[in-house]
Amino acid sequence: MIRIAKKDDLSGLKANLLRVSAVLLGMIAAGILMLFIGFDPVVTYREMFKGTFGSSYGLINSVNIAIPYLIIALGISIAFSMKFWNIGAEGQLVMGAVFATYVTRILPPETNGILLMVLMALAGMAGGAFWALIPGLFKAFSNTNETLFTLMMNYVAIKFTLYLRSILWKDPAAKGFPKIASIPVQSRLPKVFGIHIGWIIALILVVIVFVLMKYTKKGYETRVVGASENTAHYAGMNVKKVLISGIMLSGAICGLAGMVKLNGMSYTLSEAIGGGDGFTAIIVAWLAQLSAPVMVLVSFLFAALKQGAQTIELTMKIPSSVTDIIQGMILFFALGSEFFIRYRFVLDSRKSHISSSENKGSSAIESSGKINEGGDHQ
Amino acid sequence: MIKSVQGCSETENQIKLDLDDKFPAIEMHDISKSFGAVHANRNINFSVSKGEIHALLGENGSGKSTLMNILSGIYFPDSGVIMQDGIPVYFRSPKESIKHGIGMVHQHFMLVEELTAVENCILNRKSVLVDLKKEAEQLSKFAHRYNIAIDPLTKVRKMSVSEKQTVEILKVLYMGASILVLDEPTAVLTPQEIDRLFVILRKMRDNGCSIVFISHKMNEVMDLCDRVTVLRKGQTIGTRRISETTQHELIEMMVGKSIELSIDRPKIINKENCLKVRNLTVRDAFGFPRLNDITFSLDHGEILGVAGLAGSGQKELCEAIAGLQKNVIGTIDFQGTSIMGKTPREIIKMGISMSFIPEDRLGMGLVSTMDIADNIMLKDYAFHSGPFLDRKSARMKAKEIIERLDISTPGIHHVVRKLSGGNIQKVILGREINLNPKLLITAYAVRGLDINSSYTIYDLINEQKMKGVAVLFIGEDLDVLLELCDRIMVLNSGKVTGIVEARSSGKEEIGMLMSSGSSFELDNEVTA
Repeated sequence: MIRIAKKDDLSGLKANLLRVSAVLLGMIAAGILMLFIGFDPVVTYREMFKGTFGSSYGLINSVNIAIPYLIIALGISIAFSMKFWNIGAEGQLVMGAVFATYVTRILPPETNGILLMVLMALAGMAGGAFWALIPGLFKAFSNTNETLFTLMMNYVAIKFTLYLRSILWKDPAAKGFPKIASIPVQSRLPKVFGIHIGWIIALILVVIVFVLMKYTKKGYETRVVGASENTAHYAGMNVKKVLISGIMLSGAICGLAGMVKLNGMSYTLSEAIGGGDGFTAIIVAWLAQLSAPVMVLVSFLFAALKQGAQTIELTMKIPSSVTDIIQGMILFFALGSEFFIRYRFVLDSRKSHISSSENKGSSAIESSGKINEGGDHQ
Repeated sequence: MIKSVQGCSETENQIKLDLDDKFPAIEMHDISKSFGAVHANRNINFSVSKGEIHALLGENGSGKSTLMNILSGIYFPDSGVIMQDGIPVYFRSPKESIKHGIGMVHQHFMLVEELTAVENCILNRKSVLVDLKKEAEQLSKFAHRYNIAIDPLTKVRKMSVSEKQTVEILKVLYMGASILVLDEPTAVLTPQEIDRLFVILRKMRDNGCSIVFISHKMNEVMDLCDRVTVLRKGQTIGTRRISETTQHELIEMMVGKSIELSIDRPKIINKENCLKVRNLTVRDAFGFPRLNDITFSLDHGEILGVAGLAGSGQKELCEAIAGLQKNVIGTIDFQGTSIMGKTPREIIKMGISMSFIPEDRLGMGLVSTMDIADNIMLKDYAFHSGPFLDRKSARMKAKEIIERLDISTPGIHHVVRKLSGGNIQKVILGREINLNPKLLITAYAVRGLDINSSYTIYDLINEQKMKGVAVLFIGEDLDVLLELCDRIMVLNSGKVTGIVEARSSGKEEIGMLMSSGSSFELDNEVTA
């Protein structure tokens, strides 16, 4: 019989080695699959690597992909540290972009670019916060399940955008094509080192979230509420207030990601503006164990994998379904390694133990002392 | 024969052999079991004879429970062998161990509340049709052999804790057990109920049963048992005949050194009222009164003990005063100012410094996943002005508390969950005392602590008393309550059944107060 037992705490180096080897194993497993489909895994991986790191274009594109991952993951981590399982980042992002677009619709088109950007950023944050507040209030006052609630809010937001695009905000200048008017050119995010300044916003946010969670009362309260509501009550905290403000902050950051995507990349609001980033970022936040600095690395690695996959779709004509499988397998192994960092399998050796001591009788008990069955049942 | 205990386990094993009776019911040889890096049992030797009550004595974490879980088939030993009638036996599950006549009576009863006593006792039968009346008659007859008086057709849910325990014992016997393991059976009983239990256990012994009696209460062991085996840190320290040993020797064996076991009781210096509670009623979420019309007062420099069976309203009382209970009526005055209906934060803002050490240390008093420094600032982080935390002073305080209370930890950034029970309790006590409270509420302050730590905690509480702090001490050990407190308030099903002077009161009196009301009701129910 095989049992699962808890491991002693691994050192950081050992754990990281395990993570790296898990990714390598994932690549090998995906490589075997490629062989079956008829692609040379070595060539494929080389192309993927070249696609990401081989050119400044590839690198810039990776960073472009990483920016929303990072911002959203930061937002999610605040909710997660309160054990509020915010699966609604996608919807909060979309609503952020909707609110930001609304700003461009009520202001004259020749408004100053910087003013527009600031107002759109604020509106985006308000949109995300508003969208997160709804499930937040229900959670705080009637303890509804936030996982399902926030998940459903995603679809509401996406369908709402579809409605805006097809009817309410349909661009009359698009000659009947159902699209929303693009944002004014002057409100597009400027570029630094060839990448829109979303990356600077993201890095500033990393510092802010890190300091907030670690060095401020607000962050402390958030962590205490997340660890134990009873303890928070006991310490005199207003648990509902902490919960709601934390959730709004989480939503606001996700909403800001929507504005960054709108003003930095797509320039036009559509129901596809999220593109699933809100879900990918959950994995980023989780893999980084909610640590803001680690998220920088993890979100970039995720983006690099995606960029590499996109490249081979083009250069090697590998269908996107196959690259999805490759990404999926590597991710599966990476996530799986977390299990092996915390737990181990134990082979139950009762049978051998019994036979050995039965054969030799009770006088030879010492010989069976080698058998280790350790580990508690968890 | 008092002698040094350190490092004498080997010679003790030889002595043990001489002590062995001719008819061992079960023998455990060289049992070892480890959980990860923790060696819960290391080469433990233990045997019980037929017709004896054998105490297994040891502090928390000494390996008693692991050893008995091995005996009852819940754990399998890493090494070692269990012998019955000279033949090695192996238990892979509790089912197999009961087949060999070994039954365990757990602290938490394994009974189906909705079924009657007799139904619980025949639950393991595989037969389809059962004549309950006949079975009940048989069970009554069977029970009579052990002087157990019980109505087999009463539902378990209607029984008192002590009756449930009796059913549990009866069930195990009825399943055919001749070796009974009782895991701290007296923890949930009043002194009178304990006496009744002991009568039953002695009768069982006289009928040839073997009983393993796990406890850390010395006087019970001395009173009831024939032999005693002491464990410490997972090892057998020795086995003694009760008639040939003393309490002092046993404590020395348990703790590993000689310690003075007496609690000070300094006189109250100047009587001045601190807390006045009048007509306090607390209801739970279903509107059921958990505390019913409680009135008492507490002076500065006084320790008021609260005695009562578990769940008599102690938790609600503490939390009501600390501002953590919702459905509260009555008045609570702190030095003449009402704190009724105030939240903890409001109480702090009123300038009232009250410390509360809750029963659930890791679930309420501390954040188990945070380090010591972060936990130290839990109560006073908000006092610091500005949006930032004052981590520096929290670190300093943590260092101070670690030093003052002698907390063994690798450092102030050690996660509290990974500390031992005693050290966890010291962290929370240290933090609460550091707030310089006027009122200190402690719920089961020494639960799960070893003897040394317990006495350190009593000293610390007395230190606070000398400073003029009013102390509300919720306790479970009546001996300790009688030694430490000035007055003792007895709770019984949410009502105060008496407030007695601890100096002139005894266990019997308090025991009566703890159980009077409820046993009366139960008698009615049983006869009805």
